[in-house]
Amino acid sequence: MTFAASATPGATPLLTARRLQKRFGASPALDDVDLDLAPGERVLLLGPNGAGKSTLLRTAAGLIRPSAGSLLLFGEDPWRGDRIAIRRRLGLLSHQTFLYDHLTAAENLVFYGRLYGLGTTTAGARRSLDEVGLADRADDPVRTFSRGMQQRAAIARALLHAPDLLLLDEPFSGLDAAGRDTLRRLLRDRFAGARAFLMATHDLESALPLASRVIVLDAGRVTIDRPSAGLDAARLEALIGRHAGAAGAGVAP
Amino acid sequence: MSYLGTVLLVAGKDLRTEIRSREQVVSLFVFALLILVVFNFAFDFTIVDFGSLGPGVLWVAFIFSGVLALNHSFRIEREQDRIEGILVAPIDRSAFYLGKVAATMMFMSAVEAVLVPLAAILFNQPLTTRLGALLLVLLLNTLGFAAVGTLFAAVTTQTRRSEVLLPLLLFPAAVPIALAAVRTTSHVLAGRPFQVYANWVWLSGGYDLVFLAAAVLLFDFALQE
Repeated sequence: MTFAASATPGATPLLTARRLQKRFGASPALDDVDLDLAPGERVLLLGPNGAGKSTLLRTAAGLIRPSAGSLLLFGEDPWRGDRIAIRRRLGLLSHQTFLYDHLTAAENLVFYGRLYGLGTTTAGARRSLDEVGLADRADDPVRTFSRGMQQRAAIARALLHAPDLLLLDEPFSGLDAAGRDTLRRLLRDRFAGARAFLMATHDLESALPLASRVIVLDAGRVTIDRPSAGLDAARLEALIGRHAGAAGAGVAP
Repeated sequence: MSYLGTVLLVAGKDLRTEIRSREQVVSLFVFALLILVVFNFAFDFTIVDFGSLGPGVLWVAFIFSGVLALNHSFRIEREQDRIEGILVAPIDRSAFYLGKVAATMMFMSAVEAVLVPLAAILFNQPLTTRLGALLLVLLLNTLGFAAVGTLFAAVTTQTRRSEVLLPLLLFPAAVPIALAAVRTTSHVLAGRPFQVYANWVWLSGGYDLVFLAAAVLLFDFALQE
């Protein structure tokens, strides 16, 4: 197993996993995953369906408990540390939007903003929606939105509290070309400094230009962990294909 | 955000969602009304004393519509994985629980506010002289049912058959509050003095306190995978 160089050497990793395991019944979804995510890193999490990408993200978000191993977020145990402080610095964007259908886009953002203690006002929510191209639909119920528009509103929701670590699970799903551009722009702008993201995706064309590092999971194990420099989508696909089924063999590129 | 602010935020969100969708209120009212009408046909209350059977009829309607309300309340959170949005938010999860209890109480109270006067008219019961005692009984027992129901609804929400599991788990746990509710309502309708049914009122109050306190402490675990 290899580790990419930290973007900010010496800084406390935003996420540290050691021999992380998660089993659902007898089958392992995560199998001895070691991972460090430093401030400023923009990491793609790749792999075939069922490789454990979503499980790793959900474990990192504190939604599921690991079966074995350790996980630290911002240097703290998310199950025993100051959980509220940890969650305040963490963001989650999934292919499910978390938005309430019968509330307007602005009301949804106000609701989530207040959950994060931001005192978000309708005007603030409108500004956030403007950034994802939904300013003119701010007062419409989310149920009247197309799938892509709902995903845009979900992006605004996830970025509302400016998380230090953003976990993204297939964030490009449902987005059209303009929506993908918007998400790329926002991620590039918001995660240029010490903030980091960990993104599970199959959309290499959209995501690879954003990344500083690539991790490939296969059958719950890390098979590739390397900087993204010098990789294009085709080369990465080939690399993933070459290592497919190599889980457990300790393969490093 | 303050703890109370989070409670009100969650309850307000549920109320606003319901005002917009009217998905729940209509089904709750129709269901409760149907129970009342069916029992009205089943028992001839010109012969049968309403004081002996009526409270049971009313609480069957309240409790079953309460189960509908609880299922609906957590179905909303389950869809689109909204519950995960709540779980990753930096809030005390027990505040989410209390917000849900408050919302369930509002919906159950709305049903009660319609059904009790309707029953009074249908069954010719003079309730105005006993209104204070009746409100106390409704409040205490609705709170108890919402408290225990919300806890079990949260436990079952992440299971595949949550809507089947909820009544199976909830009804045995709700027996004390159902019993207290029926007995106190019966005494109130019969116009008996408070001392006669005071023990039942203490039971309801104690049940409310125990379940609210236990749920506030345990809710974090209830929502975990």
